[in-house]
Amino acid sequence: MSPGGAEGGSETSSAATKKHSKKPKYSRFTQQELPACKPILTPGWVITAFIFIGVIFIPIGLASLFASRNVVEIADRYDEDCVPSIYASDTLAYIRSSQTNKSCTKTLNVPKKMKNPIYVYYQLDNFYQNHRRYVKSRSDKQLRSKANEYKTKDCSPEATVLVSNKEMPIVPCGLIAWSMFNDTYGFSLNDKAIQVNKKGIAWKSDGEYKFGSDVYPKNFQSGVIGGAKLNENIPLSQQEDLIVWMRTAALPNFRKLYGKIEVDLEVNEKITVVIQNNYNTYSFGGKKTLVLSTTSWIGGKNDFLGVAYLTVGGLCLFMAISFIFLYVVRPRPLGDPSYLSWNRNPDGLFFN
Amino acid sequence: MKRYVYINDDELSPNLYCDNRISNRKYTLLNFLPKNLWEQFSRFMNQYFLLIACLQLWPLITPVNPASTWGPLILIFAVSATKEAWDDYNRYLSDKKANEKEVWVVKQGIKKPIQAQDTHVGNIIWLRENDEVPCDLVLIGTSDPQGLCYVETAALDGETDLKTRVIPSACMGIDFELLHKIKGVIECPNPDKDIRRFDANLRLFPPFIDNDVCPLTINNTILQSCYLRNTEWACGVAVYTGNETKMGMSRGIPEPKLTAMDAMIDKLTGAIFIFQIVVVVVLGIAGNVWKETEARKQWYVQYPNESPWYELLVIPLRFELLCSIMIPISIKVSLDLVKSLYAKFIDWDNEMIDLETGTPAHAANTAISEDLGQVEYILTDKTGTLTENRMIFKRCCISSIFYGNESGDALQDVELLNAIASGSPDIIRFLTVMAICNTVIPMRSKSGSISYKAQSQDEEALVRAAARLHMVFVNKNANTLEINFNGAIVQYDLLDILEFSSDRKRMSVVVKDCRSGKIFLLSKGADESILPCARVGQQTRSFTEAVEQYAQLGLRTLCLAWRELDEDEYRAWSSIFKEANSALVDREWRVAEVCQRLEHELEILGVVAIEDRLQDGVPETIESLRKAGINFWMLTGDKQTTAVQIALSCSFVSPEPKGQLLLINGKTEDEVCRSLERVLLTTRVTNSEPKDVAFVIDGWALEIALKHYKKAFVELAILSRTAICCRVTPSQKAQLVELLKSCDYRTLAIGDGGNDVRMIQQADIGVGISGREGLQAARAADYSIGKFRFLKRLILVHGRYSYNRTAFLSQYSFYKSLLICFIQIFFSFISGVSGTSLFNSVSLMAYNVFYTSIPVLVTSVLDKDLSEGTVLQHPQILFYCQAGRLLNPSTFAGWFGRSLFHAIVVFVITIHAYAYEKSEMEEMSMVALSGCIWLQAFVVAFETNSFTMLQHLAIWGNLVGFYIINWIVSALPSTGMYTIMFRLCRQPSYWTTMFLIVGAGMGPVLALKYFRYTYRSSKINILQQAERLGGPILSLGNIEPQPRSLENDVAPLSITQPKSRNPVYEPLLSDSPNATRRSFGSGTPFDFFQSQSRLSSSYSRNCKDN
Repeated sequence: MSPGGAEGGSETSSAATKKHSKKPKYSRFTQQELPACKPILTPGWVITAFIFIGVIFIPIGLASLFASRNVVEIADRYDEDCVPSIYASDTLAYIRSSQTNKSCTKTLNVPKKMKNPIYVYYQLDNFYQNHRRYVKSRSDKQLRSKANEYKTKDCSPEATVLVSNKEMPIVPCGLIAWSMFNDTYGFSLNDKAIQVNKKGIAWKSDGEYKFGSDVYPKNFQSGVIGGAKLNENIPLSQQEDLIVWMRTAALPNFRKLYGKIEVDLEVNEKITVVIQNNYNTYSFGGKKTLVLSTTSWIGGKNDFLGVAYLTVGGLCLFMAISFIFLYVVRPRPLGDPSYLSWNRNPDGLFFN
Repeated sequence: MKRYVYINDDELSPNLYCDNRISNRKYTLLNFLPKNLWEQFSRFMNQYFLLIACLQLWPLITPVNPASTWGPLILIFAVSATKEAWDDYNRYLSDKKANEKEVWVVKQGIKKPIQAQDTHVGNIIWLRENDEVPCDLVLIGTSDPQGLCYVETAALDGETDLKTRVIPSACMGIDFELLHKIKGVIECPNPDKDIRRFDANLRLFPPFIDNDVCPLTINNTILQSCYLRNTEWACGVAVYTGNETKMGMSRGIPEPKLTAMDAMIDKLTGAIFIFQIVVVVVLGIAGNVWKETEARKQWYVQYPNESPWYELLVIPLRFELLCSIMIPISIKVSLDLVKSLYAKFIDWDNEMIDLETGTPAHAANTAISEDLGQVEYILTDKTGTLTENRMIFKRCCISSIFYGNESGDALQDVELLNAIASGSPDIIRFLTVMAICNTVIPMRSKSGSISYKAQSQDEEALVRAAARLHMVFVNKNANTLEINFNGAIVQYDLLDILEFSSDRKRMSVVVKDCRSGKIFLLSKGADESILPCARVGQQTRSFTEAVEQYAQLGLRTLCLAWRELDEDEYRAWSSIFKEANSALVDREWRVAEVCQRLEHELEILGVVAIEDRLQDGVPETIESLRKAGINFWMLTGDKQTTAVQIALSCSFVSPEPKGQLLLINGKTEDEVCRSLERVLLTTRVTNSEPKDVAFVIDGWALEIALKHYKKAFVELAILSRTAICCRVTPSQKAQLVELLKSCDYRTLAIGDGGNDVRMIQQADIGVGISGREGLQAARAADYSIGKFRFLKRLILVHGRYSYNRTAFLSQYSFYKSLLICFIQIFFSFISGVSGTSLFNSVSLMAYNVFYTSIPVLVTSVLDKDLSEGTVLQHPQILFYCQAGRLLNPSTFAGWFGRSLFHAIVVFVITIHAYAYEKSEMEEMSMVALSGCIWLQAFVVAFETNSFTMLQHLAIWGNLVGFYIINWIVSALPSTGMYTIMFRLCRQPSYWTTMFLIVGAGMGPVLALKYFRYTYRSSKINILQQAERLGGPILSLGNIEPQPRSLENDVAPLSITQPKSRNPVYEPLLSDSPNATRRSFGSGTPFDFFQSQSRLSSSYSRNCKDN
């Protein structure tokens, strides 16, 4: 076979010569005679392919499943538990009131040894960060540079705020920033606090390019308070919780990194968590879960890939076996001219 | 309505008629943009895309950057506008060139060069040899003392021979100098496009002689775009100028043809559009419900409690925009692109070059290649299409003696040569008629040899034959004809020519022997128009027999006759003839009537038989194409016997008992009606039998049938696979095409002459043979080929491949658009039915334009499901294309289902593999997008039947290209995708997800395909397997094409019972040794195989032995 480039070249050259002489120059491309391989689906080929896929997929599936099972994960839903029983019937009033005591203590049992780094996530369920109205409500330009402070076109309804009768831009503007998650967790083991490292939880690239180091929060949460407040003296590029939150999730159930615990946790250790339960998920029935998890080469604990690989691999093997079976029971010679219908029923094909 | 042209009168006529500016332009500089846009927007698809693009300008509803629609839209519009502009600019340039050409015109009595566009009606224009004629002129003078000039009319009617034009008698003999001052008036009809008619009168003003009205015919004109040849100079009066010339009037933009597949694609697009509306309505309602019930609780979304009235529409419109990609914007452009390549493949095909003339095939219409694969009816001309149209004098019958029967060539018949040598008067008269009863011009070259320029191939054949028989037509000087007979020069004065017309079917000349002063009428013509004019008492029986016998052999016959005229009789007739000739109304009819008065009491001299050989490979071509399920109709102007003979000899109809010819004839309505009903009844009865029934109808009966019994005729047309229509006029040919088209058949008309042009233009596909009758048909046609046999390759190879490829390309375009659209729809279910787009603008735009276009384009240009050889051996396989098996609602449903399935696979795997902490929007969208790209690469690979290096390069190179493009985009900090692709590619879970998507997406497709391929295989699959395994099927073609032995086959034919048959000469057929295997039959395509399967066991054994 000659390489494709050469064929293309001869095409243009023959097109050029065509202008001069009416007789086209012979080339394999113009004659549609490029050397070609014509694979056909022989039983051997197809059965081998299915066996091959099965043989490849099952080990990958086992490896993924193994990796996923090796991940130690502690997930603790706290949104219901952290509401004092007197507010159980009116969770909204509890969460909206600034007077109520929002702190709540929970104990987590470490089921298996967890090696550092241990990632601390908060998980929200039934929270639509991907809602169109929500996901569009941000100004990337404003986040990046101080000069674009007034570019709040897309941020409505959290774009500007009236400060002494002047429309002032909110920095960072938009619904996403406004609704930032504001529960906090304090971990301690045997009354000894565990440090949660909150540095480096956001993507490095975001801190460097997406969020400006000269952009400081301004007029933020000065109207109706949505979620967390920001320290106005720290530039956005270092507000890592904000950066993490602003990476919107595509699914209504999602986890976001809260911090990292950089010590190992031993089996059956009891970790005490003091939760500041500030964030309102009660109005829409969302769940809040605190997750501590180690990681593996496929990420966190997720059996899906392993199970799916095993299923697909198994099905492929099954297919291969049934095709072998079919081949044995109903062998069918390939390319038998007697199967051509104009050989068998002369009238059927052409006269309807 | 008439126009009066005052010759050389600057005051009277200049502004009355338009000037000579030619304009073929569609646009002007000012109206280009609006007109072009208007034209483009008159297409539904474009309106739709414009609406979508406009909706996207509303930021509240647009899911993505409006550029993702505007970009491709503007690109597509710009491409087609540029093409139009370029074409129009070229037209402008060529117009300008023609308009600025220098023309010598007489102004105030002086010859002056002016630009062609400044000439006006009434100007006298001077032309030199090889000049192009700038407008329609009436000749008033030439350099030739006899007032002759020669023009080449190839640009006008495609005929390559030189035509003689003569100055009107009134201008004869006017001095060269005086021509400048000539004054007069030409009375001529208003401009029309008939290039064969010009009925006008000329009256010169004093002091020029001849105050009489002088009649003008087309022979006194030279028309625009002809060339003056072999004449030193000529001058004429402009009568029609600019766009009002005959050429300008006949120019017209032909209707663009729409292929069956285009119609199907439009239909499917409509269906998708309806589906889209349903999706939009359902999701729109669901979205509003969710908003009212759920979104109000989601405090972070901050839906206002009060909303404007249009708020209800916002969500449906968002979904409309999200789903707008369901209809692929690129489909039109990609189809145009590949189709123009298919056309190029036809142009490039070495196998379709006519080696004799070096003419390659040419596709003038690049948009209808796939229609070639769907042809159901072929309507073919006979002369020049099936036959070579190279006339050779073969036999003759003079005074009841047959010459040439033994040797098959009268020119070598010793008896005839002896008879000539002995100077038998009958024979000399016969030869004289052969030599001079015509409009041939002998041209003497410098070396002294004589060549003949003739308008009719028959006449040329006769003159040449006469020359071989020592009657050489040496010179023609205006009115003097010189013949050299055995060295003696004989001169005749040519008094009148009674021209040939298709109604009269004969032509005559009146000549005066210069020596004896006797006047003769020499006639030649078709037997039925000459024999009735025979002198009372002459026995015409032997001539009738001769005609029949020759017709049996498939020869064309002409009867020759003569009569001596009285001086008085001629003179009386001559004045009437002149009068008729100058008639402005109904001239043709009146002339014919006057001619009739002279052409009677003829003495029949004999019959000549001219052979028109079948082109190479015609029977095989017809046979293959009939096996492919294509029905053939022959439409010819020739007579019934000849047509039937040709039809038999090219296996157009099969001889009895396999075939049956049914004749529809009759002169009156009743006769035709009875005949038609009888034929219809027979056809109905025999239709169930594997018998090949053909009907034969002549022009007269056809006229009646089409007028009064259309319904019955249509039924017959549908039932009968073969028809022969003889003696049909060009307009009847077109009518028949129209008839078949109205029954929803795909028709292909093939012809070579000017009389086929209408049929060619009328048919779905017009094929012209660039043959000897000129290029007129080839010019009007969508495809032009050199020989009839190339039709097989054109249809079976090019048509079939084009159909298959276009079917794949169009359905694949929908598949890929639906795939991404379904994912968006699924995503909307987990994003609060709010119309969020999972994919960003860049990806959406690039998805159609870059990521998914190249592999499928390359594949749909190069893919071949079966090799050319297999297809040509098994033409039956064309059935799949004909019946539209590869693109129809059910195949489309298959692709629809596949895209739905793949969307589910991609979506489910993505949202589960990238759940929880990995559910970041940008990452997830890239995972889903790469899943789609991987799947589409494998889908293209699965649907490819033959992989060339280019396809591998395109498919896998495109996959690599996808990553490269995305890495580049991911390296730009300003994009939303910054670093995303790098992050993904470092994650093992990304790659495992991709493999899972491919495995889960393609596994079932492979299994299903394999199952169908092996256990429910189509004929294409079987042939593919056979081809690959090199099995016995490839040698099926070894079976001889069944013999065509005229001698045996003619006898049982019911319509012609020859009284005497001469079995010696079989010019059209080769004797086949397999004559006994006739039972295989040729007519029905399946018979061949039927008998084949009976033999298959023994025959496959043979193959093994081989």
